Amino acid sequence: MSLSRRQRLRLARGGVYSATVAALVLILLAVDWGALGGALFKWSIVRDQFPDILTTALRNTVIFTIFGFIGGLSLGLLLAIMRLSSVKPYRWFAATYIEVLRGIPLLVTLLILGFGIPIATGWQWPNPYIQGSVPLALVAAAYIAETVRAGIEAVPRGQMEAARSLGMSYTRAMATIIIPQAFRVIVPPLTNEFVLLIKDTSLISVLGVTASTLDLARFGRNGVNDTANATPLVVAGLVYLALTVPLTQLAAWMERRSKAGRR
Amino acid sequence: MTDALVRIEALHKRFGANHVLRGIDLAVARGEVVCIIGPSGSGKSTLLRCVNMLETPSEGKVYVDGVELTDPDCDLDRARTSTGMVFQSFNLFAHMSVMDNITIALRKVLKQDRATAEAKATKLLTRVGLAEKAASYPAQLSGGQQQRVAIARALAMEPKVMLFDEATSALDPELVGDVLRVMRELAEEGMTMLVVTHEMDFARGVADRVVFMDAGVVVEDGHPDQVIGNPREERTRRFLTNVRDRD
Ligand SMILES: Nc1ncnc2c1ncn2[C@@H]1O[C@H](COP(=O)(O)OP(=O)(O)OP(=O)(O)O)[C@@H](O)[C@H]1O
Ligand SMILES: [Mg+2]
Repeated sequence: MSLSRRQRLRLARGGVYSATVAALVLILLAVDWGALGGALFKWSIVRDQFPDILTTALRNTVIFTIFGFIGGLSLGLLLAIMRLSSVKPYRWFAATYIEVLRGIPLLVTLLILGFGIPIATGWQWPNPYIQGSVPLALVAAAYIAETVRAGIEAVPRGQMEAARSLGMSYTRAMATIIIPQAFRVIVPPLTNEFVLLIKDTSLISVLGVTASTLDLARFGRNGVNDTANATPLVVAGLVYLALTVPLTQLAAWMERRSKAGRR
Repeated sequence: MTDALVRIEALHKRFGANHVLRGIDLAVARGEVVCIIGPSGSGKSTLLRCVNMLETPSEGKVYVDGVELTDPDCDLDRARTSTGMVFQSFNLFAHMSVMDNITIALRKVLKQDRATAEAKATKLLTRVGLAEKAASYPAQLSGGQQQRVAIARALAMEPKVMLFDEATSALDPELVGDVLRVMRELAEEGMTMLVVTHEMDFARGVADRVVFMDAGVVVEDGHPDQVIGNPREERTRRFLTNVRDRD
């Protein structure tokens, strides 16, 4: 019996499909759903998470994210402009900064800045929000700088030349002509940076927390310790999703729209 | 020529090893229209861009209205307000309306208030025949309309000299006429103009002088009827033959 190429392909695809379905059915049958549900999503425990998970944990996660983003965006903008400067030491500094902070895991940077610096110098962070947000912002700046730089480079060279030919200084032309156009391009990727930042705040609790500075992840973990049940972490995960999914969808929508607009 | 509005002396420009301008001397008198013609790559754009220092000359001097732009102490931002430039690719600010394109430099550089700047912009838009497009964005305009806005934008700064770099080369043939008409009117009103162009009819009809450039030097410089009608140099003749064959 000889099969055509297309028939063989269809047969192979059908095989993979049936194997996947069979595996799923096996899992569904093998798992004790009642017990699993009780350990991962127990209603009484879900209810106990509220309102603190919103009023304390979500609030702190949002504060860390916003401080980190505002700091990261300001410094990232500055770094991007330095990276494109005609002054060599600026370029060199920005390139080194970006390379170093993107090359070290956030967890390590957090520990170096949050713990290492106070130990080495005796200087203390004025409060836990600053202690957590500043390292976050410094790392975010390195990533945001590359995004902003790509945005600035996407603006046609003629825009700067036209601005300069009208007597604008380099700084004025950057601020009124180039950066506003660059931002149109980079709002979607910046939104994605923001989402990454939301998730990165979950590492801040390694610096130690008090009851009032708990973030979502630590809140969930403490809940697991208290209840000997995974439900608090699952609820924390769902709260993260409630933040991140709308934002990534928004970014994707903006990207589609700007692509359509350019046509 | 001491009272020249634009004076270029022994100008050289190198891009790395590429010696693009090889000693240019050129003077443009007040009210004079000078067309620059020449083959692709001969350095016409580079020369024009040295006049407002978008390119920094490697050697030589550039004066505009008595100010030496090549002086290291020259305030270039200020000096550039006395030259207006029109680009082949229009370069309108894509994120701004036509009105804002014209008023932005008036407001931010010359510090005029919005009402004054907008009144002036409206007058200039009327002059280039686009008064009804003030609220439009560049992407909503045809190439010819964009270029006329770009001319209005440059004129708003009341420059002493206008620099045109192949202002009609990127346009569909049926849109070229509108832009050339605006340029012709400007010349008739006495604007000093330095025009890089491939439009031989325009050069012949409007220019007071035509300069033929090749390989970074001025080969021939004279009255349009002479340079275009009866060129002295073999290189000029060959270039003009090529241009005519293309049309
Ligand atoms: N920014 C730059 N960097 C390096 N080389 C350049 C730059 N600008 C121009 N050149 C080179 O200088 C030479 C002259 O270019 P220019 O644009 O002045 O010629 P042109 O006479 O205007 O030609 P065209 O008619 O094609 O516009 C070319 O060899 C070009 O490659
Ligand atoms: Mg050119």
